[in-house]
Amino acid sequence: MTDKDVAQRFIDAVPHARALGMVLEEIGEGRAVISMPYDARFVGDPSTGVISGGVVSALMDTCCGAAVLSYPGARGTATLDLRIDYMRAARAGQRIIARAECYHATRSVAFVRATAHDEESARDDGLPVATVTAAFTMDGGKAAGKQRALADEAAAPDAGGAA
Amino acid sequence: MKRTTPEPVQVIKERRDKALRVLAGSIPYAHFLGIRFDRRGDELTALLPFDEKLIGNPFLPALHGGVTSAFLEVTAIIELSWSILWEEMETGTLDPRVLDADHLPRLPKTIDFTVDYLRSGLPRDAYARARVNRSGRRYASVHVEAWQDNRSRIFAQATGHFLIPARARPE
Repeated sequence: MTDKDVAQRFIDAVPHARALGMVLEEIGEGRAVISMPYDARFVGDPSTGVISGGVVSALMDTCCGAAVLSYPGARGTATLDLRIDYMRAARAGQRIIARAECYHATRSVAFVRATAHDEESARDDGLPVATVTAAFTMDGGKAAGKQRALADEAAAPDAGGAA
Repeated sequence: MKRTTPEPVQVIKERRDKALRVLAGSIPYAHFLGIRFDRRGDELTALLPFDEKLIGNPFLPALHGGVTSAFLEVTAIIELSWSILWEEMETGTLDPRVLDADHLPRLPKTIDFTVDYLRSGLPRDAYARARVNRSGRRYASVHVEAWQDNRSRIFAQATGHFLIPARARPE
């Protein structure tokens, strides 16, 4: 099973990621790209039709988590701290594409940064909608035994409970 | 000197509840998540009733970090708007009778938002309260805390900075 299969299963197994319609585009070596379609139910300000900041947060958090899980040796993770800066409003009607990179990891902590684009800025390499810096837990810690067992269960091909 | 009769309590309550309903109902994503607001005087408590689609880790299970973050952000935005709206209602600059979805003050825009995840969100109802630490003419700083069963066991907190939209006031 490739890394991408594992991660897509990870996304599919996350009810909220499914509820938001997230699609895993790329994954591997501590990097992940996840996109999400525009949906009127996820609007934050009806006067503009702009997607809610909370949705972008959820997408970024998932993307960062996926990046951490694809880091060599990683088996389980949880968000410790996540800061999001909103540079501009996402264009109404366009997909949001999040790109995360786990740029450093110790035995117990993973450091991640991410950007979110709409279709137009992704294509033109323009100004991102938002950027994120985050710290995630990684293996080692006290809860790691349990987390690891759970992650193994999620990744095991014969684990029936994954979905 | 003639004293004006105070308004009946029911009239005041209805006016405030209506304003809150219009404000809280203005965010489609808050509705999607199922967020509601409870009011005691000017104090708001946000409620996030548990739902399967809010799960991020099905094996623990735990609330999705993004749900927690969105819940905190919605609570902060509503609290900030509410504090501005409250001021305008009390001073009479805003007539709540004309308040509906089309006559709502523009919502504040999030500049940045930092979430501190203290423990995993359990698969049950969550609550949150926000405090506006500073609200100037253009910028505001808001702190928000969320808990579940036990008020003193906060499972996440956040601080955010917001841009307050220019308000077109009637002359």
